[in-house]
Amino acid sequence: MTVKKDQWINLSFVFGVIGFIGIANSFFDEYTIRILNNIAIFTILAVSYNLINGVTGQFSLEPNGFVAIGAYVTALLLVSPEAKQYQYAIVDPYPFVLSLHANFVVALVLSGFFATCLALVLSFPVFRVRGDYLAIVTLGFGFIIKIFAINYPEVTNGSLGLNDIPEFSNLYWTGGIAIIAVITVLNIVNSKFGRAMKAVRDDEDAAIAMGVNTFKAKTFAFCTSAFFEGVGGGLLAALLTSISPDLFDFFFTFQLLIIIVLGGLGSTTGAIVGTILVMGGSEWMRFLDEPMKFFGYTTPAMPGLRMVVFSLILIFIMLFAREGIMGKKELKDLFKGRKRSAK
Amino acid sequence: MILHVNNVTKNFGGVTAIKETSFSVERKEIFGLIGPNGAGKTTMFNIITGNYEPSSGEVIFRNEMIHGLKPHLIVRRGIARTFQNIRLFSSMSVLDNVLIGFDFQARYSFFEAISRFPRFIGEEKRIKKRAFEILDYFGMSAFAHAKAVDLSYGQQRKVEIARALATNPELLLLDEPAAGMNPSETEELGNIIKKAREDFDLTVLLIEHDMKFVNQLCDKVLVLDYGKTIFEGKPSDAIQDSEVISAYLGDFHHD
Repeated sequence: MTVKKDQWINLSFVFGVIGFIGIANSFFDEYTIRILNNIAIFTILAVSYNLINGVTGQFSLEPNGFVAIGAYVTALLLVSPEAKQYQYAIVDPYPFVLSLHANFVVALVLSGFFATCLALVLSFPVFRVRGDYLAIVTLGFGFIIKIFAINYPEVTNGSLGLNDIPEFSNLYWTGGIAIIAVITVLNIVNSKFGRAMKAVRDDEDAAIAMGVNTFKAKTFAFCTSAFFEGVGGGLLAALLTSISPDLFDFFFTFQLLIIIVLGGLGSTTGAIVGTILVMGGSEWMRFLDEPMKFFGYTTPAMPGLRMVVFSLILIFIMLFAREGIMGKKELKDLFKGRKRSAK
Repeated sequence: MILHVNNVTKNFGGVTAIKETSFSVERKEIFGLIGPNGAGKTTMFNIITGNYEPSSGEVIFRNEMIHGLKPHLIVRRGIARTFQNIRLFSSMSVLDNVLIGFDFQARYSFFEAISRFPRFIGEEKRIKKRAFEILDYFGMSAFAHAKAVDLSYGQQRKVEIARALATNPELLLLDEPAAGMNPSETEELGNIIKKAREDFDLTVLLIEHDMKFVNQLCDKVLVLDYGKTIFEGKPSDAIQDSEVISAYLGDFHHD
């Protein structure tokens, strides 16, 4: 049975990742673990962003807004009241801000919950009409969140941001939640909800003519994205230990957009591959910024060469793989293809 | 009487696409909606399916007024349609295309899907079985895992009808089903429609230009011209009606 085989492929992949996390945590150095943490968090963000942008085909620019909400909610809940007391340098915080305190799990769940609620509020005006309104609304939403964070120091401590967030995020947390996020998204994609989302992407009128409630399909996709972006923001806050509004500008969204387009819009596997390439690759290429030796000649250090090479690679990949590395294929499709060619 | 269109008018700005048109479709009838280009046939389809709201008049389906309802809710009440230019979901397999028709009939919630609850597995199995039954009926189950867009035109048309039947309709609207088909494909399609009417207890309302096809298939036709009804009755009488002939070929008589 093909269903069973697909499950085995996915299951062995999950155990592979868990095993890798265990090995990495005990043998790798701190710098590598840091990169792996980043990859795990961006996997959560990319896979969920791909659900609305790739699978449902609704061009959206929301991640930085929801990640910011998640990061701030988690930070406000994790920083102890004593630590908060001396952090607020601009104005005195509201009393309730000082009293907020929760453990890590509650903080992450609440981060996701707040992001989901805001996504729900946004979906009602946006998804009632068609067109690229979602992109405009979510772009504006990201700016509003950032400006709110700067101009509301009673809660967010303004542009100074929040510091001394306990470093709860480790590879078990980030990797574990990344696995949960991937499985959740795959389970949605391989259900009637995922089919409805893909139908909306392919032809919205035809989807309606099949009795699909397209508003509901789009809202489910958007809210699921928002939930995991909120959770991912929380993990990011607890990894970086300090956050400020500048972290969540449009470049953040842009980076995720590069990841999912590079990996292949609509492919969850592609989102993961894209994350590893972009997050891992841009770190690995740091040697390009440093002085290099070629056949006895030493080139001077060229800060920024890394990004030039990286951009060139991106351009070449998009020239030769228009639909991204994976296209719309998933991991299981690769195994199918290999088997057929072996016959 | 399964569908009754009562005195429907549709204006687009100053243009009247349909003017005070009324007709009734009886249960298990194959009803043809014909007329020259721009006569308002597709507009009439869009009014019945809820994509347009009529400017005045009413649409009654199984004794309930359906105009003004959201299109996806009208589908759930039992009216399915196909499109003039085939509109399959291009990135999806044939099976998934048909499964979309079962979207509102699969009874499991979002969280049951995420957690792979037993009810999710049972419901998916049930709708997949029924999707294969429909594909089998059209002789398409061998192509279930092929991409819908890779099929031939005639096969794509079959998948589109199969997909519409998956929504479990009582009334099926076919917008130019024989367009772009060769004579043998057209004949096969006619037989499929006739057979499906019996096997699925269907009422069919179709738009068609191929008069031979209409003549063989339809029990009754309504001829529209510039949004007005010019003939209603048997298809064999329609092709002899002077007004219908002049609408199609132009008026040769100057008086």
